[in-house]
Formats: sequence, C-alpha cells, structure tokens
Amino acid sequence: MAEHALARPGQLAVGPIGRNGLGYWGVAMLIATEAALFGYLLFSYYYNGATQPPGWILEPAPKMFPAVPNTVLLLASSGVVWWGEKGIEAGRRGQALLGFGITFLMGAIFAAVQIYEWLIKPFGFAANSYSSLYFTTTAFHMAHVIAGLIILAALFGWTALDYFSPRRRIVVSAGVLYWHFVDVVWVFVFTTYYLTPYLGFGT
Amino acid sequence: MTRPPLDYLLGSDGVRADATLPLTWFTLAISIIVCVIIAWLLWVGVRRARANGGAAETVGTPLEPEQGRGLSWITIGLAVSAVPLLATLIWTMAALGHVVGPPRRSGMTIDVTGHQWWWEVEYHGANPSDTFATANEIHIPIGTPVVVRLHGGDVIHSFWVPALAGKTDTIPGQQNIAWLQADRPGIYRGQCTEFCGVEHAKMGFEVVAQPANDFEHWREAQLQTAPPPATPQLIHGMQFTTFRCGLCHSIRGTDAASHYGPDLTHLMSRRTIAATTLPNNPGALAGWIQAPQGMKPGTLMPDQHLSGAELNDVLAYVETLK
Amino acid sequence: MRQPAYRTPRIGESTPELRARLHAIWETAPGWRGWLSTVDHKEIGLRYIVTAFILLAVGGVEALVIRLQLAGPDLHLLTPEQYNQFFSTHGMTMIFLYALPILSGFSNYLWPLVLGSRDMAFPRLNAFSYWVYLAASIFLYSGFVIGAGPNDGWFNYVPFAEKDYNPGINEDVYALGMVLLGISTTVGAANFIVTAFKMRAPGMSINRLPILVWGTLTANVANLLVVPAVSLAFFLLWLDRQFGTGFYQPSAGGQPLLWQHLFWIFGHPWVYAIVLPAMGMVSDGLPVFCRRPLVGYSLVALGTVATMILGFGVWVHHMFATGLPALSLSFFSGASIIITFPSAIAVFAWLATIWTGRPVITTAFLFFASMILLFVIGGVSGFMTASVPVDWQLTDTYFVVAHIHYVLIGINVFPVVGATYFWFPKMTGRFLDERLGRWNFWTMFVGFNLGFLPMHLTGLLGMPRRVWTYPEGMGWDTLNLITSIGSFVFAIGVLIFFYNCWKSYRSGAPAGANPWDAPTLEWSIPSPPPPYNFAVIPTLASRHPLWEDRLDESEARSSLDRGMTLDEGKETIITTAMDAEPDRIVEMPEDSYAPLLLTIGLAVLFAGLLVKLWLVAGLGGVGCLAALLLWLWPRQEMRERSPEPRKIGEPAHG
Ligand code: HEA
Ligand code: HEA
Ligand code: HEC
Ligand code: CUA
Ligand SMILES: [Cu+2]
Repeated sequence: MAEHALARPGQLAVGPIGRNGLGYWGVAMLIATEAALFGYLLFSYYYNGATQPPGWILEPAPKMFPAVPNTVLLLASSGVVWWGEKGIEAGRRGQALLGFGITFLMGAIFAAVQIYEWLIKPFGFAANSYSSLYFTTTAFHMAHVIAGLIILAALFGWTALDYFSPRRRIVVSAGVLYWHFVDVVWVFVFTTYYLTPYLGFGT
Repeated sequence: MTRPPLDYLLGSDGVRADATLPLTWFTLAISIIVCVIIAWLLWVGVRRARANGGAAETVGTPLEPEQGRGLSWITIGLAVSAVPLLATLIWTMAALGHVVGPPRRSGMTIDVTGHQWWWEVEYHGANPSDTFATANEIHIPIGTPVVVRLHGGDVIHSFWVPALAGKTDTIPGQQNIAWLQADRPGIYRGQCTEFCGVEHAKMGFEVVAQPANDFEHWREAQLQTAPPPATPQLIHGMQFTTFRCGLCHSIRGTDAASHYGPDLTHLMSRRTIAATTLPNNPGALAGWIQAPQGMKPGTLMPDQHLSGAELNDVLAYVETLK
Repeated sequence: MRQPAYRTPRIGESTPELRARLHAIWETAPGWRGWLSTVDHKEIGLRYIVTAFILLAVGGVEALVIRLQLAGPDLHLLTPEQYNQFFSTHGMTMIFLYALPILSGFSNYLWPLVLGSRDMAFPRLNAFSYWVYLAASIFLYSGFVIGAGPNDGWFNYVPFAEKDYNPGINEDVYALGMVLLGISTTVGAANFIVTAFKMRAPGMSINRLPILVWGTLTANVANLLVVPAVSLAFFLLWLDRQFGTGFYQPSAGGQPLLWQHLFWIFGHPWVYAIVLPAMGMVSDGLPVFCRRPLVGYSLVALGTVATMILGFGVWVHHMFATGLPALSLSFFSGASIIITFPSAIAVFAWLATIWTGRPVITTAFLFFASMILLFVIGGVSGFMTASVPVDWQLTDTYFVVAHIHYVLIGINVFPVVGATYFWFPKMTGRFLDERLGRWNFWTMFVGFNLGFLPMHLTGLLGMPRRVWTYPEGMGWDTLNLITSIGSFVFAIGVLIFFYNCWKSYRSGAPAGANPWDAPTLEWSIPSPPPPYNFAVIPTLASRHPLWEDRLDESEARSSLDRGMTLDEGKETIITTAMDAEPDRIVEMPEDSYAPLLLTIGLAVLFAGLLVKLWLVAGLGGVGCLAALLLWLWPRQEMRERSPEPRKIGEPAHG
C-alpha cells in the first residue's frame, strides 16, 4: 500500500517575521531591475564615450570637491541607517528614530549638494551627449535618493507611531535595504563620471 | 528563366556573392533536410495514433509508463544535429574571412551617401579636379575590387547589390566599408534595405559593371561640365533651371550648385530617374519634374507646377545634360 | 485584530463547511466594486487573456490590410505613410501587446493552480500589472486612431525616430507608451519570480515544477533584467525629442548604434520570453494526449534555462550589417548557431513523447503537435540568418519576415490556441467544440503555411521588407498573391476559434474537474475553480499527482484531499525556495482599489508628459505617490506595539 506524503508542519510563523517575508523578496526584485537600469545607463556612457573623439567629455578633470565628501556622507548614511535598523531589532525605539532621522538628514544634504553641483557645472543638459548622460544618470540617481527619503520619512513616522517590533519589522528591513542600494549605486555612478576620466577614459 | 533583379539565390555575379552563394545553398539544404526529417518523424509518430478522439477517448486510453528509450531520442538527435551545425560554423568563419574586408590591393575607392530617398555617388581621381558626383547609378570596372565608403546623409539606409555582395548599412556619424567586384559586365540592381521613411520602397539604384575601357570612357564623360546652351530656348531653359532647380540641384558648369538633391550634370546618361522609380525617357522626365509627388509620394522634391512654356524650356535644356 | 505570531496549522479534510467558510473569505464583492478592486489571479488572468486576444484580432486586421496592399504590384490601397503606420503598429501590437500578455494571462491564471497555492505572491501587484497593461495599450493606440501611430517599425531605429526626421507626435506616443508598458511587464515579472520560489505547495520541490512554470519563470527573470534596457532607450529618445539632448545624434556626440544595442540587448531575450512559456504549455499539454509523462523532463527544463542564458549573448545578430568588427560578428554568429542545441532538446523530447506514447488526436493535440514542425521551420530559418555572410544577403528581406512569423505564430499562436482548447474546460467548466475545433485547426494550419512558406522564397528572391509597394517584374507577384490568400484563410481559422470560444462559453458540453485525465494539480479541483482554489493545501509526492497510482513510480503518494486548511483568514502557505518545505503562513491582501488608483495616477502622469502639460504630469505624479502610500501602509493586524504580547508556548527566540 502506497504511503501518503502529508506536510504536517509544527508551529509556523504567521506573516513576515524579521526580514523573512514576501515584501523583502519584492524589494529585492525591485533592486535587481533598477540595478540593471543603472547598468544600461552606464553602458550608454561607456559606449558613447568609447566611440567619440577626445573632447567629448566636457569636463575632463571633474572637481573632487564637493563630490568626494558628498560621496563619503552618503556612504556613511548607510551605516547610520543600519544602526537605526538595529534599534528596531533590539526594541530600542529611540535609537531607531535617531538612526532614521539622521539618515534622512544626511540624504537630504547629499541631495542638496548634488543640486548645487548641477548648478555649478560649466555645461548644460543638452550641450552634447556627454552632458546629457551626466545629467540623466545623476538625475535618475537623484530620483532614487528622493524615493529613499520618502521611505525614510515614512519609516520615521511609522516608528514614531510604534508600528514595529523586533519581530514585525519587514517594512523597516525592506526600506533600509533600498537605502543601501541607493548608496551602492552611487559608488558606480561616482566612479564612472568622476574617476574614470582620470584613468584615461575618453580623454 | 531570367533571374529576378534582386535575386541572390539562383546565381551570383561578383566575388563576394560568389563566396556566399554556396554557403547559402548549404544552409538552405540542411534546413530543408531537417524540416523533412522532423516532418516525417512527426507524421509517422502521429499516424500511429488512435483514431480521432475527444475527451472520452483521451480518458479511456491507458497510460504508458515511463521507459528509458525516450531519452535516447534526445541524445541521438543532438549528436546528429551537431555535425551540420559544426560544419556550418566552420564554413561561416571561412566565408566571413573571404567577404569581410576589402582585399589589400583595391582598384579604386568611391564614396556613397544614402539620402532620403536617393543615393549620392562620388568618384575621386588622382587630383582633386578629377572628382565628380553622380546619383543612383554606380559604374565600376569589372575584375577589380572597388571599395565603397558608405556615409549616412540623414537617417540609416542600407546598401545592397544582391548579385554582387550582401548588405552594409550607411549610418550617420560613422563610415562603413563595403566592396564590390563584378565578374562580368552587366547591370545589377541595388536597393536600400534599412527602413528609412515613406519612400524606403523606392530607393533603388543600379550598378553598371563594364570593361575597363568603357569605364574609362564613362569616367571621362562624367568629368565634363555641362555644355553651354546653344539656342535661345536652351539659354532660357538654363537660366530657369539654375534659378529654380538650382535651389536643390547642382549642374557643374552652371550656377546651380546645391547638394540637397542629385547632381544633374549628366542626368541623361542615367538609365532611370528618381532612384529607379521611372525609366529615363522624355515623357517620364516631364512627368517627374512637374509632379514627383504623384510618382513617389512623399519624396523630398516638391511638385514644380511649371507652365507649359517653362516646362518645355527646362526639358529642352535638361535633355542636353548627357 | 492582531495576529498571533505563530500557529500550528490545522490539518483537515475538504468538507462542505470548510469550503463554504473559505468561499466567504475569498469571494470578490459582486458588482462593479468587486470588478474594479479584485485581486483574484483567475479574474486577472482571464482579463489578460481576453484583452490580448482582442489585440491579436486588431493586429491581425492590420496585417490583412497590409496583405491587401501587397497582393499585387503597384497597388494604392494605402498611402506610403499609412502603410508605414500599419506595419509598425502591427508589429508593436503583436510583439508587445499580444505575445507576452497572452502568456502572462495563462500563467497568471494557471500558476497558483499548478503550484497548489491560493494566489500569486503579490495579488495587488498583479492587478496593477493588468491595469497598466490596459492603460498602456490604450495609450499606444491613441496615436494610431488619430493617424499618428508609430511609423518606424517595431524596433524604431534612430535617427529616423528623432524629431528632425519625424516631427509628428507619432514617436512621442510610442516612446512614452513603451515606458508605461515596461512598468507593467516589470512588476509582473517580479511577481512571477517570487511566486515561483515561495508560493508552492509543500513537496513541490524545484524538480517537480511543471515546464510551464520553468518557461514563465525563465522568461520573467529575463524580463526583469532586460526590460529596463528598452525603457531606457525609449526614455532617452523622448528626451532627445523633447529637450534636444543628443544621446543618439552624431552631431551632438551621440551614437545611432547605441539605440540598436539597447534595443536588441532587450529584444533578443524578449523574443525567447514570448515563446518559452508557450513551449512550456506544449511540454505540459502534449504528454497528456500521449498518455505518458514528458520524455526528458530535466533536460527540457535545463534547455529552457540554457536557451535564455545563451539568449543574453546573441543580440548582435540583429546588427550584422551595421559595420561591426569581424571578430565580434564571428562571436555572435557562433553563439547564434550554438543556441540551436537547447532548442533542439525540446523538439526531440516532444517527438519522443509522441513516439513512445499512445497519442489521442484531439484539437489541442493537433495544435501542440503541429507546433513542433512550425518551430523547426522557424528555427532553421533563424539558423540560416545566424551565419553572417548568409545574413548579409537575407537580412531585411521577407525571409526574415517569414522567420519571425514561423517562430511567433508557430511557437506562440499555435500553442496558445492549443492551450485554450486544453484549459478552457478548467476555466469555464465547458469544453470547446471539437468538431469546430478540427475546422479551426485545419484552416489555421493550411492558411498559415500557404501564406508564409512561400514567403521564404519571396525573401530569397530579394524582396525587401517594409516596402509599401513593389514594381512589376521583380519576380514576386505570384508569391505575394499566394501569401495574401493564405493570410485570409488563416484569418478565417482565427475567426472560427473566436467563434468557438464564444459559442462554447455559452453552451459547450460541461466538463468535470479533470476532463482529459491529466496529471497535474490544477485538475484536482473543480472547473471552474472556486475563489480559494484549494480547500486544503495539497502535499506533493511526485510530478504527476493524479497519475501516481497508475504509473506507480514510487511508494509515496501525494495528498490531495487532506492537508492544511488555513481558514482563519485569507491565508495560504509559503514554502522554502528549493525543497518546498512549509515555511510560513501568509495573510493575502483583501481586494483593493490602490492598484487602479495608481494606474490612473500613472496614466495622468504620462498623458501630461505627452502633451507637455507639466502641471498635469505633476498632479499625476502626486497621485501616484498617494496611491503608493495607501498601498504600502503597514497593515493593522501585522503591527505590534511593545511590549510584545507573548503567547503561552511561543518559542522564546521570537
Ligand atoms: C519569437 C521567437 C523567436 C525565436 C524562438 C527565434 C529563434 C531564433 N532566431 Fe530569430 N528572430 C525573431 C524571433 C525569434 N527567433 C524575431 C522577432 C526576429 C526579427 C526581428 C525583426 O527584425 O523584426 C528574429 C530575427 C533573427 C535574426 C536576425 C535576422 C536579421 O534581421 O537579419 C537572427 C540572426 O541570427 C535570428 C536567429 C535565430 C536563431 C538562431 C534562433 C534559434 O533559437 C532557433 C533554434 C531552433 C532550431 C534550429 C530548430 C530545432 C532544432 C533542431 C531540430 C536541430 C537540428 C537543426 C539544425 C541542424 C539546423 N533571428
Ligand atoms: C505574434 C506576432 C505576429 C502575428 C500573429 C502576426 C500575424 C500576421 N502578420 Fe505579422 N509581423 C509581426 C508579428 C506578427 N504578425 C512583426 C513583429 C512584424 C515586423 C514589423 C516591423 O517590421 O516592424 C510583422 C510584419 C508583417 C509583415 C511585413 C510588413 C513589412 O515588412 O512591410 C507582413 C506582411 O505580410 C505581416 C503579415 C502578417 C499576417 C498576414 C498575419 C496573420 O497571421 C494575421 C491573421 C489575422 C488575424 C489573427 C485576425 C483574425 C481576426 C479577424 C479577421 C476577426 C476580426 C474580428 C474582430 C475585430 C472581432 N506581418
Ligand atoms: C526642394 C528641392 C528640389 C527642387 C526645387 C527641385 N528638385 Fe529635383 N530632386 C530633389 C530631390 C530631393 C530629388 C531626389 C528625389 C528622390 O529620388 O526621392 C530630386 C530628383 C530629381 C531628378 C531625378 C534625378 C535622378 O538622378 O534620378 C530630376 C531629373 C530632378 N530632380 C529635376 C528637377 C528639376 C528639373 C527641377 C526644377 C524644375 C527640380 N528638380 C527642382 C529636390 C528638388
Ligand atoms: Cu533608404 Cu531605406
Ligand atoms: Cu535575435
């Protein structure tokens, strides 16, 4: 007589626990597709750059100030937000509020400095395909920073309303993951637009 | 049976097409054989089937248990397929080596620019004054490789003379190289094959391959400027033509010097007008000048609406542009 | 009410009381409210299918007009500009608005049923994906109906698509519409991927997935990664057109070929994405009528994935004539020839299944089996174009048009029609008429081959594609006439199909739960399935739960009418990614207007961008934001306030 396989699980979690939940997967998918998007943006830059004569890059020696400190600021914010998430994990609401709040401020400063950089660039949006790519890529990134800021603000508000606990915190983990992504992408954008000209690309 | 003008399956007339043709036939033959074998396997496999049925018949047919022999179909199938695939791969690489680059010793170089919807052709000689332009008709000497530098005048077009060689795109901002070498004299039809707007369909051209002597004669003739008008009617015709048509066309030896449209200096030496849209005869020419939009709707040459007298003068003059 | 954090799911039988309780929990509200807010995957799947079939008819009618224009030399039914809009819109419709959505529709409908789940992973995202697809279709067609449809072919090469050469609004509609459609495709892809990994019944380990799931999963992993390429390409084009940037303009340091790379990096994986799920349908459906399991399951699954992996590396075969260096041509040519192997696996597996089985000829079987031949004909013509020197002659002739119709109609339309014959009883509880079915099949099969087989020769005799007319004496007259006649015969076949669906939906013979005696989970539940799909969550012991007793491959038997009841809310089970061990209970979202509202916000945003009313666009953007916050607001019952309420017996690790 054949035997029936029957799943008889013991206690199962109901809904997301920790970072273990469908929402986290969902954000991971979002990040995958957005990472691809940035990949294609950078591909466009390298492709156009490689096929154009020297002089295509309108600013062959991009200024390192304030770009470098701004980059450091953004990367540091990843650490802060991680510390905030730890606050939720440990049930320390104050730490979480502080973490999300400071991250928000750091992100906002980054955005402001970036806008300042746009303003002082010696070329306009449609000057040539280099300038268009520069502005489009950084603007795409900026859109992600703004989305990240909205998420951080929401996390801050929800934390203040005491929506989360160490166990029920998938929203926090997913939001924080997104912010890390925003930061990591910037490293690639920064390297491409600010560093590769010094390494000889396009010059 | 005569070969259709754009055919590349039934024959070839140039070195590059010669190297491609057998490979085309080889892959075609493999393809047909594969299809026939699969069709046969399918037919026999299905013919063994039980009578036509519906749900009841399906439900009533007992199951075949999983057996080992199925898998061998896949292994044998893949193994057999590998042979022609590998052969094709090797032949492809070999043929590519033959047709890709122009041979190091090439006879001459010409520039061809794709425009919406006609072809500009430029010849160069030893000195700058030996340069001349023509349109929609490319003359080449037989037996020598001719390098064709391709330029995109506006949008992307594609340069194709099936009897002589495969396609190469003309892309703005980039110079592509094609080369042609005709085995025997003949008139070979060419066609734009990258979609380029309303009249992509009517963007043909012709390659006239001639013995070296004839080619030299043609070349000498093309270098001439337009003959001066001899009669009052022709003088009037020339004035009108340079004034009106010179907005877009050039006629060397006159004041007409715009390069928006085809060079007309030796218009009457060409076999067709408007990128093979019409045969070059007086009736067609008159019709074209008056109402190109009726014959090639959308073409960038506007209808001219000349009066009867103007048209006569223009025609009379243009017909001297041999 | 707050949920307890842990629970031991109750195991039970499928009783009438249980079913009534689940019905009450899962049912969509009646009337238009339910219609606008439903998140039921079956409802969404059917909407996808119906919409896509309507678009097939629309794109088909466009094709018929094209065929009238080309029936003889020098015809003037259409002006050149009209012709160009017709063939471009035809391509756009078929590729983007029919071919993928129809498969997403079937997969949406079928996945939870074949996986033993009660819904997709993200039901609201699913609804959103459909609404955006609908909105994008309307958006894309809005240009065509006012005489400003896309006019540069479906792959829309620059610089012809730039404002200098194309000043109308045509390309703006196309560019923005494609970005909008990309959103739908992407969220759909994310949903499929997470569903495949997390939403399977216990015991449905990764090596027991139906091939349909493999196909759709592979296709959607590809979509997730490559759709951004085409969205970006179109977005940059729109910037070029609106703001004078120079991404593709050589005069501004841009590159026309950048467009082609971005497009085909997307385009080639995409053409496999629109056939792999359909090949999956054949792999799952054909064996039922051969009365045996599919030969070489693992190899076919592997071949599916391998096709896609190789498929990422062949895009340049669409650009052989663009003057790239010979080295890169050889590489992509080689890769395109090699990609034949994984495709061949499926062909031989199907043939072996037919040969070693006992085929019963039903209409569905005819469609599935004939597809094998059509696939091979389409495949070998692709093999010919894969050889660079040969492609330099073949490219941009009707030979390529023949190739794409054999692969697209052969591996998409034929399997889809077959799949409809196969799964219609599940979806509606009624059979499609078999007698009409035979007429349907033979007119489609004969018409298709009559129309498109000669087209290979038309191409070999040099007829370029995308020409609005051709002169006499080129040797193409008779061939084109035959093709036009064949097209109409084929269209009659499609018409019979639609008629059969309509008629059988109203008065077809009733079908029970498992009318074909098929082996997979979807056939273990009533037709049409109840809103909750499975009264008890099944546990799988093999790939063929309904054939186990007869195949007797192993000791273990699947458990279909005993299992977790999960009836304390709108719940289903989540399992581990590989082995499908029970992992967690999830609460599925209720019906919601958020997806529709977000879609409306997006539509306003895109309409504003199109007509350059930035204020309207801004309002749309704000609307999107509001809808998103509404959507993502953490759900009441999932919240907790500290100190956490501890239940007795709850493990301490928490
Ligand atoms: C819809 C799906 C689909 C599929 C599955 C394919 C499958 C293939 N395609 Fe196709 N292709 C398209 C859709 C598809 N294509 C479209 C839409 C275009 C045109 C776009 C446009 O320009 O508008 C295109 C264009 C296209 C081109 C560019 C042509 C040109 O513009 O010049 C090339 C070139 O290499 C190509 C190659 C291939 C190859 C090698 C395969 C292979 O995967 C096929 C492999 C399968 C088989 C070969 C059959 C089974 C194998 C056997 C039975 C084994 C024995 C076989 C042999 C020994 C040969 N395709
Ligand atoms: C899935 C994809 C798909 C499908 C199904 C079809 C179906 C058809 N296609 Fe198309 N085709 C493409 C994808 C597809 N095509 C693509 C991608 C291109 C390239 C475009 C480009 O170059 O940019 C193309 C290009 C193309 C051309 C080349 C145009 C050119 O280069 O100038 C031609 C010409 O014959 C053609 C013909 C046909 C015909 C006759 C059908 C027939 O199968 C159509 C059959 C008819 C129907 C399916 C409709 C039947 C229904 C009714 C009659 C009922 C009407 C009732 C109601 C409205 C309720 N197609
Ligand atoms: C506004 C620009 C314009 C004007 C004015 C114009 N043409 Fe043209 N012409 C063109 C263009 C562009 C073409 C190429 C058309 C094509 O093939 O699509 C052309 C083609 C031709 C051709 C065919 C040339 C060939 O090699 O096939 C002839 C002949 C011709 N024009 C004669 C004339 C005459 C005569 C006049 C004046 C009475 C004239 N054109 C005025 C733009 C112009
Ligand atoms: Cu020029 Cu097509
Ligand atoms: Cu391809």
